[in-house]
Amino acid sequence: MSPDSATSGVENLASCHDCGFVVALAGEAHHAETRCPRCRAAVHRRKPDSLNRTWALVVTAAMLYIPANIFPVMRVISLGQAQEDTIFSGAVYLLVHGMWPLALVVFFASVVVPLLKLLALSFLLISVQKGWSWRPVERTKLYHVVEAVGRWSMTDIYVVTILVALVSLGNLATIEAGMGAVYFAGVVVVTMLAAESFDPRLIWDRARETNG
Amino acid sequence: MFDLKFKALSSADLEILPGWLALCHACDLPSRVGDVPEGGTARCPRCGSVLYRRIRDSLDRTLALAVAGMFLFIAANVFPFLAFKMQGNVTHTTLSTGVRALYEQGTPLVASLVLLTTIVAPFLQISSLIFVLGPLRLGMRVPGQTRVFRLLRAVQPWSMMEVFIMGILVSLVKLIGMAQIVPGIALWSFVLLIPVLAAATSSLDAEWVWRRVGLAR
Repeated sequence: MSPDSATSGVENLASCHDCGFVVALAGEAHHAETRCPRCRAAVHRRKPDSLNRTWALVVTAAMLYIPANIFPVMRVISLGQAQEDTIFSGAVYLLVHGMWPLALVVFFASVVVPLLKLLALSFLLISVQKGWSWRPVERTKLYHVVEAVGRWSMTDIYVVTILVALVSLGNLATIEAGMGAVYFAGVVVVTMLAAESFDPRLIWDRARETNG
Repeated sequence: MFDLKFKALSSADLEILPGWLALCHACDLPSRVGDVPEGGTARCPRCGSVLYRRIRDSLDRTLALAVAGMFLFIAANVFPFLAFKMQGNVTHTTLSTGVRALYEQGTPLVASLVLLTTIVAPFLQISSLIFVLGPLRLGMRVPGQTRVFRLLRAVQPWSMMEVFIMGILVSLVKLIGMAQIVPGIALWSFVLLIPVLAAATSSLDAEWVWRRVGLAR
């Protein structure tokens, strides 16, 4: 293969996920494991099995989302009385106490973001599977928003951690993490992995095929 | 036809900064990144994603910020983080107290996730920057630089200090009226560490570094 044929055959080009180095995959190489000559990461033209993996993770996260919202994320035991808080009631608590800007942030981070991520990823997956050529630029942006915003869902996990640390050692009150926190942490991790396993270039593949 | 060997494209061109081939990470369009001036940005002509950003004094800036970050990180882990005063009882906590408490309460998974995102990932982020850039600054190559620079990319999404600060804010509001909270030196170090590390990340010119620590050029 001459260097010229590598630059002309766009289909054979792949950039390394890790370092961005552009590699020309020869022949059937996109089915085989190729290593980046610059950083030794595995190079694929597209992330392997991206649609199936992302669907599997999205479905898993959706299933975890239900117990994450039903079970309490923490339990406050004060003078023998126990009070339980779910993700939702935690946001409502702030609203009731007049902290509506913070309530809005918590509501957005804990309730809206995970749902939005699941819906947006499902939409992107369906749009790729149906071969839509509709607004690839906007769909790519949507993907980047999903990728960037997911971390903020960790807020509630941190609130539980800090309250547990500060109050569990006192004698008068104890705060314990509930099962909801475990499921919710699962939702955050699995949705992050789902966003990571989706390959935004698939959006453009279908758009290109349709446009000819 | 079934030759599985790959060929590094325009490997000779890569030595010279002006002009190399890049594929857009979002839409995969191949385009030529031209002579990008200092402070300039090359964008994908089709979808507008950033292909390359050339940063002024990238190495010096990033290294200085990473070293400052390391001092702040140590301070954030050694000194008291928050103190909790309630009816004469004072509870001092450090950054890792919550992790330990969660672990002891039987939620080791949540404890590990918090440990990873607030302590382990930020530490790996800072130390790998110093490990890769320090020797480069002195004009040296040390074994393992390639591997460590790849690790940096893998670790970045899991470093969530700014979200942790949001968690602190929400916790403080929830404890208002119940107890008095005294912020410690570690909290302030942690708050400072966030912009320092964000600046280090955005001043890093990964392409420039890869050309020096990569196995092929």
